Amino acid sequence: MKQGKQHTWQTAFMKSIPILCSYLFVGMAYGMTMENAGFHWYYSLLISITVYTGAFQFVLITLLSSGASILTIALTALLMNSRQSFYALTFLDEFKRMGKKKLYMIHTMTDETYAVNCSLDEKESDRHGVMFGVAILSKSYWVIAAVIGGMLGQLIPFDLTGIDFCMTALFVIIFVDQWEQASSHVLAIVGVITSVVCLLIVGAQYFLLPSLILASGILIIWNRRQEAA
Amino acid sequence: MRTEYILVAVAVSAVITFGLRAFPFALFGGSRKMPETIVKLGKVLPATIMAVLIVYCVKDSLDNVIGTGIPKLIAVLTVAGSYKWKHNTFVSIAVGTLMYMVLLRIF
Repeated sequence: MKQGKQHTWQTAFMKSIPILCSYLFVGMAYGMTMENAGFHWYYSLLISITVYTGAFQFVLITLLSSGASILTIALTALLMNSRQSFYALTFLDEFKRMGKKKLYMIHTMTDETYAVNCSLDEKESDRHGVMFGVAILSKSYWVIAAVIGGMLGQLIPFDLTGIDFCMTALFVIIFVDQWEQASSHVLAIVGVITSVVCLLIVGAQYFLLPSLILASGILIIWNRRQEAA
Repeated sequence: MRTEYILVAVAVSAVITFGLRAFPFALFGGSRKMPETIVKLGKVLPATIMAVLIVYCVKDSLDNVIGTGIPKLIAVLTVAGSYKWKHNTFVSIAVGTLMYMVLLRIF
Protein backbone atom coordinates (compact mmCIF):
# COMPACT_ATOMS: atom_id res chain seq x y z
CA MET A 1 0.00 0.00 0.00
CA LYS A 2 2.69 2.43 1.04
CA GLN A 3 4.79 1.59 -1.97
CA GLY A 4 1.75 2.00 -4.20
CA LYS A 5 1.18 5.51 -2.85
CA GLN A 6 4.80 6.40 -3.41
CA HIS A 7 4.61 5.18 -6.99
CA THR A 8 1.48 7.27 -7.54
CA TRP A 9 3.16 10.46 -6.29
CA GLN A 10 6.33 9.74 -8.24
CA THR A 11 4.36 9.27 -11.43
CA ALA A 12 2.31 12.40 -10.70
CA PHE A 13 5.47 14.42 -10.13
CA MET A 14 7.17 13.17 -13.31
CA LYS A 15 4.05 13.95 -15.32
CA SER A 16 3.79 17.41 -13.78
CA ILE A 17 7.36 18.51 -14.61
CA PRO A 18 6.38 20.43 -17.78
CA ILE A 19 3.70 22.19 -15.72
CA LEU A 20 6.31 22.92 -13.04
CA CYS A 21 8.57 24.71 -15.57
CA SER A 22 5.68 26.66 -16.99
CA TYR A 23 3.83 27.58 -13.78
CA LEU A 24 6.95 28.54 -11.83
CA PHE A 25 7.95 31.00 -14.51
CA VAL A 26 4.55 32.36 -15.46
CA GLY A 27 3.36 32.34 -11.82
CA MET A 28 6.35 34.40 -10.71
CA ALA A 29 5.79 36.79 -13.60
CA TYR A 30 2.22 37.10 -12.33
CA GLY A 31 3.30 37.83 -8.77
CA MET A 32 5.74 40.49 -10.00
CA THR A 33 3.15 42.13 -12.25
CA MET A 34 0.71 42.21 -9.34
CA GLU A 35 3.34 43.80 -7.09
CA ASN A 36 4.13 46.42 -9.74
CA ALA A 37 0.44 47.24 -10.00
CA GLY A 38 0.36 47.77 -6.24
CA PHE A 39 -1.19 44.47 -5.16
CA HIS A 40 0.89 42.79 -2.49
CA TRP A 41 1.68 39.09 -2.31
CA TYR A 42 -1.37 38.25 -0.21
CA TYR A 43 -3.62 39.36 -3.07
CA SER A 44 -1.66 37.11 -5.45
CA LEU A 45 -2.10 34.31 -2.94
CA LEU A 46 -5.85 34.87 -2.59
CA ILE A 47 -6.51 35.16 -6.33
CA SER A 48 -4.27 32.23 -7.26
CA ILE A 49 -6.02 29.99 -4.73
CA THR A 50 -9.59 30.98 -5.56
CA VAL A 51 -9.59 31.85 -9.27
CA TYR A 52 -6.64 29.75 -10.53
CA THR A 53 -6.58 30.43 -14.24
CA GLY A 54 -3.44 31.83 -15.85
CA ALA A 55 -4.37 34.19 -18.63
CA PHE A 56 -7.43 35.67 -16.95
CA GLN A 57 -5.50 36.42 -13.75
CA PHE A 58 -3.21 38.69 -15.78
CA VAL A 59 -6.17 40.47 -17.37
CA LEU A 60 -7.76 40.84 -13.94
CA ILE A 61 -4.76 42.95 -12.83
CA THR A 62 -5.52 45.48 -15.55
CA LEU A 63 -9.24 45.39 -14.78
CA LEU A 64 -8.72 45.95 -11.05
CA SER A 65 -6.13 48.70 -11.60
CA SER A 66 -8.46 50.60 -13.88
CA GLY A 67 -11.38 50.12 -11.49
CA ALA A 68 -13.48 48.24 -14.05
CA SER A 69 -17.07 47.52 -13.07
CA ILE A 70 -17.92 44.14 -11.54
CA LEU A 71 -20.09 43.44 -14.59
CA THR A 72 -17.13 43.99 -16.93
CA ILE A 73 -15.00 41.69 -14.79
CA ALA A 74 -17.72 39.03 -14.79
CA LEU A 75 -18.16 39.17 -18.58
CA THR A 76 -14.41 39.02 -19.18
CA ALA A 77 -14.14 35.96 -16.90
CA LEU A 78 -17.03 34.36 -18.75
CA LEU A 79 -15.51 35.00 -22.19
CA MET A 80 -11.94 34.08 -21.33
CA ASN A 81 -12.62 30.94 -19.33
CA SER A 82 -15.55 29.36 -21.14
CA ARG A 83 -13.11 27.21 -23.13
CA GLN A 84 -12.60 25.19 -19.96
CA SER A 85 -16.19 23.92 -20.11
CA PHE A 86 -15.01 21.82 -23.04
CA TYR A 87 -12.29 20.15 -21.02
CA ALA A 88 -14.83 18.65 -18.64
CA LEU A 89 -16.44 16.73 -21.52
CA THR A 90 -13.46 14.41 -21.82
CA PHE A 91 -13.37 13.57 -18.11
CA LEU A 92 -17.06 13.62 -17.14
CA ASP A 93 -17.22 9.93 -16.33
CA GLU A 94 -13.81 9.65 -14.69
CA PHE A 95 -14.28 12.61 -12.36
CA LYS A 96 -17.70 11.31 -11.39
CA ARG A 97 -16.06 8.11 -10.25
CA MET A 98 -13.54 10.00 -8.12
CA GLY A 99 -16.03 10.65 -5.30
CA LYS A 100 -15.13 13.50 -2.96
CA LYS A 101 -12.18 14.51 -5.12
CA LYS A 102 -14.53 15.41 -7.99
CA LEU A 103 -15.02 19.05 -6.97
CA TYR A 104 -11.29 19.59 -6.56
CA MET A 105 -10.61 17.99 -9.94
CA ILE A 106 -13.17 20.30 -11.55
CA HIS A 107 -11.71 23.38 -9.88
CA THR A 108 -8.13 22.53 -10.90
CA MET A 109 -8.85 21.81 -14.58
CA THR A 110 -6.62 24.15 -16.58
CA ASP A 111 -5.25 24.00 -20.13
CA GLU A 112 -2.12 22.39 -18.74
CA THR A 113 -3.64 19.80 -16.40
CA TYR A 114 -6.09 18.85 -19.14
CA ALA A 115 -3.18 18.19 -21.49
CA VAL A 116 -1.33 16.08 -18.91
CA ASN A 117 -4.46 14.11 -18.03
CA CYS A 118 -4.95 13.39 -21.73
CA SER A 119 -1.41 12.03 -21.91
CA LEU A 120 -1.84 9.55 -19.03
CA ASP A 121 -1.68 5.86 -19.83
CA GLU A 122 -5.10 4.18 -19.85
CA LYS A 123 -3.51 1.18 -18.14
CA GLU A 124 -1.83 3.19 -15.37
CA SER A 125 -2.51 1.25 -12.17
CA ASP A 126 -3.65 4.23 -10.11
CA ARG A 127 -4.87 6.57 -12.85
CA HIS A 128 -7.17 8.59 -10.62
CA GLY A 129 -4.50 8.90 -7.93
CA VAL A 130 -2.05 10.27 -10.48
CA MET A 131 -4.63 12.75 -11.80
CA PHE A 132 -5.31 13.96 -8.27
CA GLY A 133 -1.57 14.22 -7.59
CA VAL A 134 -1.01 16.24 -10.77
CA ALA A 135 -3.89 18.53 -9.75
CA ILE A 136 -2.49 19.19 -6.26
CA LEU A 137 1.12 19.63 -7.43
CA SER A 138 0.20 21.95 -10.31
CA LYS A 139 -1.90 24.21 -8.14
CA SER A 140 0.87 24.33 -5.52
CA TYR A 141 3.45 25.35 -8.16
CA TRP A 142 1.19 28.16 -9.35
CA VAL A 143 0.30 29.50 -5.90
CA ILE A 144 3.84 29.29 -4.52
CA ALA A 145 5.34 30.90 -7.64
CA ALA A 146 2.84 33.77 -7.51
CA VAL A 147 3.68 34.49 -3.87
CA ILE A 148 7.45 34.23 -4.42
CA GLY A 149 7.18 36.47 -7.48
CA GLY A 150 5.37 39.07 -5.41
CA MET A 151 7.76 38.89 -2.44
CA LEU A 152 11.16 38.72 -4.07
CA GLY A 153 10.65 39.03 -7.79
CA GLN A 154 13.26 41.69 -8.35
CA LEU A 155 15.98 39.65 -6.69
CA ILE A 156 16.23 36.84 -9.26
CA PRO A 157 19.65 36.99 -10.89
CA PHE A 158 19.05 35.03 -14.12
CA ASP A 159 17.01 35.87 -17.15
CA LEU A 160 14.62 32.96 -17.62
CA THR A 161 12.67 34.43 -20.53
CA GLY A 162 11.42 31.65 -22.77
CA ILE A 163 11.36 28.83 -20.22
CA ASP A 164 7.56 28.78 -20.42
CA PHE A 165 8.03 27.24 -23.88
CA CYS A 166 8.15 23.85 -22.13
CA MET A 167 4.35 23.89 -22.01
CA THR A 168 4.11 24.49 -25.75
CA ALA A 169 6.55 21.60 -26.13
CA LEU A 170 4.25 19.34 -24.11
CA PHE A 171 1.25 20.29 -26.26
CA VAL A 172 3.30 19.47 -29.37
CA ILE A 173 4.33 16.08 -27.94
CA ILE A 174 0.76 15.10 -27.06
CA PHE A 175 -0.30 16.27 -30.50
CA VAL A 176 2.31 14.00 -32.13
CA ASP A 177 1.21 11.10 -29.89
CA GLN A 178 -2.42 11.50 -30.85
CA TRP A 179 -1.47 11.93 -34.49
CA GLU A 180 0.41 8.60 -34.45
CA GLN A 181 -2.35 6.71 -32.63
CA ALA A 182 -5.25 8.10 -34.63
CA SER A 183 -6.78 6.00 -37.37
CA SER A 184 -7.73 9.25 -39.04
CA HIS A 185 -6.06 12.63 -38.91
CA VAL A 186 -9.33 14.48 -39.38
CA LEU A 187 -9.53 15.44 -35.66
CA ALA A 188 -6.15 17.12 -35.56
CA ILE A 189 -6.63 18.85 -38.89
CA VAL A 190 -10.05 20.15 -37.81
CA GLY A 191 -8.37 21.68 -34.74
CA VAL A 192 -5.65 23.39 -36.75
CA ILE A 193 -7.94 24.76 -39.44
CA THR A 194 -10.73 26.02 -37.18
CA SER A 195 -8.34 27.72 -34.80
CA VAL A 196 -6.36 29.42 -37.56
CA VAL A 197 -9.56 30.58 -39.27
CA CYS A 198 -11.00 31.91 -35.99
CA LEU A 199 -7.68 33.54 -35.10
CA LEU A 200 -7.72 35.42 -38.41
CA ILE A 201 -11.38 36.44 -38.08
CA VAL A 202 -11.86 37.11 -34.36
CA GLY A 203 -8.30 38.04 -33.43
CA ALA A 204 -5.87 36.69 -30.88
CA GLN A 205 -7.70 37.69 -27.72
CA TYR A 206 -10.97 35.80 -28.10
CA PHE A 207 -10.42 33.14 -30.76
CA LEU A 208 -10.31 30.13 -28.40
CA LEU A 209 -14.01 29.86 -27.66
CA PRO A 210 -15.30 30.23 -31.25
CA SER A 211 -12.61 27.73 -32.35
CA LEU A 212 -13.80 25.14 -29.83
CA ILE A 213 -17.49 25.62 -30.62
CA LEU A 214 -16.88 25.39 -34.36
CA ALA A 215 -14.58 22.37 -33.98
CA SER A 216 -17.09 20.58 -31.70
CA GLY A 217 -19.86 21.14 -34.22
CA ILE A 218 -17.73 19.70 -37.00
CA LEU A 219 -16.70 16.74 -34.83
CA ILE A 220 -20.31 15.90 -33.90
CA ILE A 221 -21.27 15.87 -37.58
CA TRP A 222 -18.16 13.83 -38.38
CA ASN A 223 -19.02 11.27 -35.65
CA ARG A 224 -22.53 10.88 -37.07
CA ARG A 225 -21.16 10.39 -40.58
CA GLN A 226 -18.81 7.69 -39.30
CA GLU A 227 -21.75 5.86 -37.74
CA ALA A 228 -23.83 6.12 -40.87
CA ALA A 229 -21.01 4.85 -43.04
CA MET B 1 -8.28 51.17 -3.81
CA ARG B 2 -11.20 49.82 -1.82
CA THR B 3 -10.51 46.37 -0.41
CA GLU B 4 -14.21 45.60 -0.61
CA TYR B 5 -14.24 46.16 -4.39
CA ILE B 6 -11.25 43.86 -4.87
CA LEU B 7 -12.77 41.11 -2.74
CA VAL B 8 -16.10 41.23 -4.60
CA ALA B 9 -14.27 41.19 -7.96
CA VAL B 10 -12.19 38.21 -6.88
CA ALA B 11 -15.23 36.32 -5.56
CA VAL B 12 -17.18 36.93 -8.76
CA SER B 13 -14.22 35.80 -10.90
CA ALA B 14 -13.72 32.67 -8.80
CA VAL B 15 -17.39 31.67 -8.90
CA ILE B 16 -17.67 32.20 -12.66
CA THR B 17 -14.46 30.30 -13.38
CA PHE B 18 -15.51 27.35 -11.23
CA GLY B 19 -19.01 27.47 -12.71
CA LEU B 20 -17.64 27.21 -16.23
CA ARG B 21 -15.44 24.27 -15.30
CA ALA B 22 -18.34 22.51 -13.56
CA PHE B 23 -21.08 23.43 -16.02
CA PRO B 24 -20.98 20.18 -18.08
CA PHE B 25 -21.19 18.16 -14.84
CA ALA B 26 -24.30 20.04 -13.83
CA LEU B 27 -25.74 19.45 -17.28
CA PHE B 28 -24.95 15.75 -17.56
CA GLY B 29 -24.37 15.03 -13.89
CA GLY B 30 -26.05 12.83 -11.37
CA SER B 31 -27.38 9.48 -12.41
CA ARG B 32 -28.66 10.78 -15.72
CA LYS B 33 -27.09 9.07 -18.67
CA MET B 34 -24.96 11.23 -20.89
CA PRO B 35 -26.13 11.49 -24.48
CA GLU B 36 -24.07 9.30 -26.79
CA THR B 37 -23.16 12.34 -28.89
CA ILE B 38 -21.46 14.02 -25.92
CA VAL B 39 -19.60 10.86 -24.86
CA LYS B 40 -18.20 10.55 -28.36
CA LEU B 41 -17.39 14.25 -28.57
CA GLY B 42 -15.45 14.01 -25.29
CA LYS B 43 -13.39 11.14 -26.71
CA VAL B 44 -12.39 12.92 -29.91
CA LEU B 45 -11.87 16.39 -28.42
CA PRO B 46 -8.31 15.96 -27.04
CA ALA B 47 -6.66 15.72 -30.47
CA THR B 48 -8.53 18.81 -31.62
CA ILE B 49 -7.94 20.77 -28.42
CA MET B 50 -4.17 20.09 -28.55
CA ALA B 51 -4.12 21.59 -32.05
CA VAL B 52 -6.06 24.64 -30.83
CA LEU B 53 -3.73 25.07 -27.83
CA ILE B 54 -0.62 24.91 -30.01
CA VAL B 55 -2.07 27.68 -32.19
CA TYR B 56 -2.85 29.57 -28.96
CA CYS B 57 0.78 29.24 -27.81
CA VAL B 58 2.30 30.50 -31.04
CA LYS B 59 -0.26 33.22 -31.85
CA ASP B 60 1.64 36.03 -30.09
CA SER B 61 4.59 35.41 -32.37
CA LEU B 62 2.56 36.75 -35.28
CA ASP B 63 3.28 40.26 -33.99
CA ASN B 64 7.03 39.68 -33.94
CA VAL B 65 7.83 37.14 -36.63
CA ILE B 66 11.61 37.51 -36.61
CA GLY B 67 12.15 38.07 -32.89
CA THR B 68 9.99 35.27 -31.49
CA GLY B 69 8.19 33.71 -34.47
CA ILE B 70 11.17 32.05 -36.12
CA PRO B 71 12.70 30.79 -32.82
CA LYS B 72 9.32 29.37 -31.85
CA LEU B 73 8.79 27.70 -35.21
CA ILE B 74 12.25 26.11 -35.12
CA ALA B 75 11.73 24.99 -31.50
CA VAL B 76 8.29 23.48 -32.25
CA LEU B 77 9.71 21.56 -35.23
CA THR B 78 12.63 20.40 -33.08
CA VAL B 79 10.26 19.06 -30.42
CA ALA B 80 8.03 17.31 -32.99
CA GLY B 81 10.98 15.88 -34.92
CA SER B 82 12.97 14.67 -31.91
CA TYR B 83 9.84 13.15 -30.36
CA LYS B 84 8.92 11.30 -33.53
CA TRP B 85 12.48 9.97 -33.63
CA LYS B 86 13.12 8.92 -30.00
CA HIS B 87 9.71 9.13 -28.29
CA ASN B 88 11.29 10.53 -25.14
CA THR B 89 9.08 13.24 -23.60
CA PHE B 90 11.71 14.76 -21.31
CA VAL B 91 14.50 14.90 -23.86
CA SER B 92 12.22 16.57 -26.40
CA ILE B 93 10.89 19.15 -23.92
CA ALA B 94 14.37 19.96 -22.61
CA VAL B 95 16.00 20.23 -26.05
CA GLY B 96 13.12 22.26 -27.48
CA THR B 97 12.95 24.68 -24.56
CA LEU B 98 16.72 25.20 -24.42
CA MET B 99 16.78 25.75 -28.15
CA TYR B 100 13.99 28.33 -27.86
CA MET B 101 15.73 30.19 -25.03
CA VAL B 102 19.02 30.30 -26.94
CA LEU B 103 17.41 31.34 -30.24
CA LEU B 104 15.45 34.11 -28.48
CA ARG B 105 18.76 35.64 -27.46
CA ILE B 106 20.33 35.27 -30.92
CA PHE B 107 17.49 36.63 -33.04
